[in-house]
Amino acid sequence: MPMTIDVSPSCNAFETVIGLEIHAQIVSESKLFSGAPSQVFGRDPNSCVSFLDMAMPGMLPTLNQACVDQAIRLGLAISGTIGLVSIMDRKHYFYPDNPAGYQISQYQSPVVQDGVLQIQGKDKAWKTVRIQRIHIEQDAGKSMHDQDPKKSYVDFNRAGVGLMEIVSHPDLSSPEEVIDYVKRLRCLMRYLGVCHGDMEKGQLRVDANVSVRRPGGALGTRVELKNMNSLRFLQSALYYEIDRQIGEISQGGVIAQETRSYDIASGKTRPMRVKEIDYDYFYFPDPDLRPLVVTEAHVRTLAEALPETPWAKHKRFVQVYGLSEYDADLLIEDMEVAGYFEQVVASLSDPVWSKLAANWILGEYFATLNRTHESFSVTRIKAEHLAQLVAAVADKKVSNLMAKEVFGVMFETGQDPEGIIQQRGLSQVSDQEQVQAWICSVLDREGENVAAYLSGKDKLFAFFVGQVMKESKGKANPQFIQELLAESLRGLKEKAESVEKSLA
Amino acid sequence: MTELFKLSLDQATTGLRNRDFSARELTQSYLDRMEATRAHNAYITATPERALRDADRSDEKIAQGMAGPLEGIPLAVKDAYCTKDILTTAASKILHNFIPPYESTVTEKVFEAGAVLLGKANLDEFCMGSTTTPVHTGATQNPWDTSCTAGGSSGGPASALANGSALLALGTDTGGSVRQPAAFCGVVGVKPSYGRCSRWGVVAYASSLDTPGPLARRVKDSALLLQAMAGYDPKDATSLQEPVPDFTQGIGQSMAGKKIGIPKEWYDKAQLDPVMMDLWKRGQDLFQEAGAEIVYVSLPYSDYALPCYYILACAEAASNLQRYDGVKYGLRAENIESLEDMYFKTRGQGFGPEVKRRILIGTYVLSHGYYEAYYGKAQRVRSMIQHDFRQVFQQVDVVLTPTTPTPAFPLGSAAKDPVAMYWNDVLTVPVNVGNVCAISVPAGVSEGGLPLGLQLIAPPMREDRLFQFGHLIESSTTMPPLPFSLAATPE
Repeated sequence: MPMTIDVSPSCNAFETVIGLEIHAQIVSESKLFSGAPSQVFGRDPNSCVSFLDMAMPGMLPTLNQACVDQAIRLGLAISGTIGLVSIMDRKHYFYPDNPAGYQISQYQSPVVQDGVLQIQGKDKAWKTVRIQRIHIEQDAGKSMHDQDPKKSYVDFNRAGVGLMEIVSHPDLSSPEEVIDYVKRLRCLMRYLGVCHGDMEKGQLRVDANVSVRRPGGALGTRVELKNMNSLRFLQSALYYEIDRQIGEISQGGVIAQETRSYDIASGKTRPMRVKEIDYDYFYFPDPDLRPLVVTEAHVRTLAEALPETPWAKHKRFVQVYGLSEYDADLLIEDMEVAGYFEQVVASLSDPVWSKLAANWILGEYFATLNRTHESFSVTRIKAEHLAQLVAAVADKKVSNLMAKEVFGVMFETGQDPEGIIQQRGLSQVSDQEQVQAWICSVLDREGENVAAYLSGKDKLFAFFVGQVMKESKGKANPQFIQELLAESLRGLKEKAESVEKSLA
Repeated sequence: MTELFKLSLDQATTGLRNRDFSARELTQSYLDRMEATRAHNAYITATPERALRDADRSDEKIAQGMAGPLEGIPLAVKDAYCTKDILTTAASKILHNFIPPYESTVTEKVFEAGAVLLGKANLDEFCMGSTTTPVHTGATQNPWDTSCTAGGSSGGPASALANGSALLALGTDTGGSVRQPAAFCGVVGVKPSYGRCSRWGVVAYASSLDTPGPLARRVKDSALLLQAMAGYDPKDATSLQEPVPDFTQGIGQSMAGKKIGIPKEWYDKAQLDPVMMDLWKRGQDLFQEAGAEIVYVSLPYSDYALPCYYILACAEAASNLQRYDGVKYGLRAENIESLEDMYFKTRGQGFGPEVKRRILIGTYVLSHGYYEAYYGKAQRVRSMIQHDFRQVFQQVDVVLTPTTPTPAFPLGSAAKDPVAMYWNDVLTVPVNVGNVCAISVPAGVSEGGLPLGLQLIAPPMREDRLFQFGHLIESSTTMPPLPFSLAATPE
């Protein structure tokens, strides 16, 4: 048989090398160097602009220390080295949304260097991604080219908002790893309260440097990908670009070092308008600012006040509450949800019920929010109330079905579960006598079906269960029904058999 | 009444307090004088209505017994200070229509102290130059000899003081821009310590060197003006947090035991005009007669101060001027066809030749591959020069030099060789890069009747010495009166 050699571009023949530059808008009251407000999304154009943000003559920057502290906190959380002395540099280029003609950034001495982030790659294997640096810089304004055929407009609201630029080493090797890295970083930043991370609002921007190479070969030419404002687009863009590069090289082509943007309509990456690759930014230390000095003591104070990281919480949820990795993953994604879960557990008298609590949050609660298109809020259903409901289910005071109904009312009205259960008489009846009475009433009525069951129609068992449920108006404890009904029917069978015997 | 402009600051202040005349009358006298001396072109924008409003307000305050330290005193402000709602151009076409919606910190303080704004005074474009010959607003004449330059870049303020159309003036000194025109125009000019006065609202030239400074007819006047200007400003991160002392405290104190430093290198190498060497000698004699000791000191790196200054200043200037792009305010060229076109045409039309020259130099020294060789090195040389001064001030109280290498020179010779022009700053620039403070005091006249200035240099934060020692020069020197009666040459 002739041997066929597979020459199609396949990922197995190439390694992917990806490095990420992430711009994260810093959560702070005011901008990095001016007193104008920094939460500008959705505001009227040019309504959050100070004279400095417009680079008017004679205006001077003054550093907002709170922004620096945010970067330090993130640096500490990724085990980075904090630069006690860092310099702000001017980075020069002309563009209308860059009002001063230079951006204040950090070039040679960023505030954080050499951090790490653990991510899960393929097959959930853990991998360390090295973070080269985090520096702080000003955001630019926004240019709008689509408002008028002949004019472009500029909105300076965003000019001067503080950004953290987080640069990773090219340690990522697949789109999945990239997504995991971004998600984990974003989760961490949300936990720390340093960045809200909403990509659609431009609070988190991811640029990817992508290249491919044959295993063991030299690094390929990097292509920079920009303008992917959701994780979905980021992933699509990466897939497309990797395929494109592999395809190009496999056919003997060459990868141009360029910047490409993702075109949503076609799902492809396209080269952006050509800008010089090695553009000279004329970096030099900003003479309007003094070197940024932080003391060890200050860094320690920030370190001591850091909240628990998502992964520490995850570990605790698995080890202390016995949750599955999967459930823990889901609960820790949102710090508020995780905190809520812990409050619910704290109100439970038996910690064994933690898993049940987790199920209720991840199951019924999340499903309800999905249906109603609402977002989670700790005040919607009080933690103690949910704990009461969980306890009621665990104690078998209500059936699962009833509990769901109770939950629905809690969600709508904020009422406590005990109250609802009493009001609507939803307590599950586990009183043996009462259940037995219902069973007898059904069996008496269904004489024909009982006879049919006794002569072999086993499927009617389920029918009888349903009938008892109906008779009890849903209140009977289903397990009881099953047990008592089985006993009753067995009793009837024995009776019938003994009658037959005696007649025989 | 129109002779009121001839009164000294003391006399004017006393006259106002005693109600010999009103602030309005005093101001009107200056407004008339501004008209009469228009040909000197000391002012870009006269503000007569504002001046009279200020004067009326001062009259009210004086009547209420709430006069500030500069109440009712007419003041010229170099057009590099942003004054709210008043045209501020920095003598540049690129800001030809810029009306700031904010007031600079220094002018705010000075108006708060009661000063009356007469108008915005002429300067070299963006404070770059030593002749006040900007293309956009025209050259300023020296009232002592109108064919000569008033010096720069604060030539407007100096000329206005010398021709009697201002009693006090605000300038800025980056490489000598207050001291040199003061010397050329026979008035007092001070470069305070960097950071002593806030730069907030001052059109930026070279951020690490720009220093707002006072000009006045007499030493004590300049001290009073500095008193009102100085102070920490949280809006300026380079502002000094040092308390503002009483600058006049040392005036009149004995010179016994004081040491006056004479830098050897400048003595030998500065290629000074013989008339300046004489002046220098007379200055030394004067201090010796008063009981001070002359000590020769060494400032070995001062040779490099001039190139160091031009590298640093041009780099920072190129950077600070990137914002003038036609997008947000100021000039935007017409008939533009693209974004690049707008940038090229706006900046091409908006900037004069000296500004363009310095932007090119600045961009070059910051460019990739050259940064270390020029800017990086200049920063290190700057540290050495500062170190030199620290050493010297361990030996002496002040350093004495002429302010300029020559007296004021003809306007015609100004633009011939731009680099040769930079030589004007050779004695003043070391003060800026050396991070010390200095004053220029009128100390003699040339044969041609042009005023000559002596410069005193003191350690940072020791402006009181400038006034103390400067006062001695002033009281030991007989200067001809300021040229109030010389007619202005018609344009």
